[in-house]
Amino acid sequence: MNPCSSDLPGTVGEAMPFLCDGALVTAQATLGGAALALVLAFAAGLAMLSPRRLVRVPARVYMEFFRGTSVIVQMFWIFFALPVLTGYRLAPLAAGILALGLNLGAYGAEVVRGGVLAVPRAQREAAIALNFSPYQRMRYVIMPQALAAMLPPLNNLLIELLKATSLVSAISVGDLIFESKALINSGSDRAVVMVLVMVIYLLYAGLITAVMRLLERRMARMLGREVRPLWPRRRRRSAGGELTVAAGGAR
Amino acid sequence: MTWDWGRAGEIAPELFTTGLKVTAQATLGAAVLAFLLGLVLALALRAPTRWVRLPVRVLIELIRSTPLLAQLFILYYVLPSALGITMGALTTGIVGLGVHYACYTAEVYRAGIDNVPKGQWEAAVALNLPRLRVWTSVILPQAVRKVLPALGNNLIGIFKESPQLALITVVDVLGLARQLGSEDFRYLEPLTLAGLFFLVVAIPSSILVRRLERRLES
Repeated sequence: MNPCSSDLPGTVGEAMPFLCDGALVTAQATLGGAALALVLAFAAGLAMLSPRRLVRVPARVYMEFFRGTSVIVQMFWIFFALPVLTGYRLAPLAAGILALGLNLGAYGAEVVRGGVLAVPRAQREAAIALNFSPYQRMRYVIMPQALAAMLPPLNNLLIELLKATSLVSAISVGDLIFESKALINSGSDRAVVMVLVMVIYLLYAGLITAVMRLLERRMARMLGREVRPLWPRRRRRSAGGELTVAAGGAR
Repeated sequence: MTWDWGRAGEIAPELFTTGLKVTAQATLGAAVLAFLLGLVLALALRAPTRWVRLPVRVLIELIRSTPLLAQLFILYYVLPSALGITMGALTTGIVGLGVHYACYTAEVYRAGIDNVPKGQWEAAVALNLPRLRVWTSVILPQAVRKVLPALGNNLIGIFKESPQLALITVVDVLGLARQLGSEDFRYLEPLTLAGLFFLVVAIPSSILVRRLERRLES
């Protein structure tokens, strides 16, 4: 059955067509913000590892600046204040994605930097000993291992991004929150609407985590590491105090 | 159009008295709630029965993976009609922000408690200390000391998230800036001042926290 149809009973049928529109916009904002954030995170994260001050300092300034204030302040500034200076007004969704990308990119830069630094020194030295060029070192030795280390924190960051997209509603982008507010204002049952909104956000968060887990497995396989099971078995303490693997959860 | 110093000078006093007071109230109120409730949640995660552990775990995950704004909407729009609980906008904001960050803070405390060496527990048992004394005099002082920098980061986080309360009509620094901007549709000065305010507080604070972190490490 189509979950977006208006044939569903009661408030659910009343709300779902609108919430589905909103969910689509939330997905757009998340994907757009993620794409921009990823580019900025890699650019700034790698720049911060540069031996040259002239490269390192701007990256550092970008990071501190955008981590110093929250997305909502940046979004308001880009949407309301920037046009006064430039005379050119961005579309609300574009302004929202720009603010989300700039903000999460600054947090991502730290993840990228940390991921590269987490690669054991010996790997770099071995690549130098094998006469790899700096590009080859990065591309074939450092980056694949660094990426594997980055994936779990990037998962958290993507969830933060998903949550932050709720703020685009404040600059009149029709996302989930915007639609829920419109429904509440038009007299729909508030509790039902908000429960549906929360469920959709949880589904999205679950989807992001599932995709990132799959990527982690792929990376692990590529690097010839042990592949973690998709559904980690729960370790439980038995009465004797030893660790035993419970049967539940295996699929 | 460009920056208008006259207008900036005109609105700055109001922004940094009335608005600042509300932002400070929201931040400190939410922080107190988050740090206390966070501790309760962290202890509940260690409860002997899973009937306490599991619901708390689920609640924390739920709150951490949905937007603060959605939670604020529930507190502000749903609770009054569903349960008849009506709170002022600022109180709602403090509760929402505090509960949201309590879930992050619980993880911080949990890490701190897990990091207390096993020998400390054993020594407390050997000394036959009562259970409450073990927590208040042995475990928590060591656990909290170790996570002070993380708590500091959470405090900064609360401060930076507090402007979201403007979206449920709280007139904090950002809310006031938006109001002042809508008077003459010149948003540049109020929003820039508001942004600078958050930067000027947050950046030195995070430098301080980093310094504290280094000092506790050595």
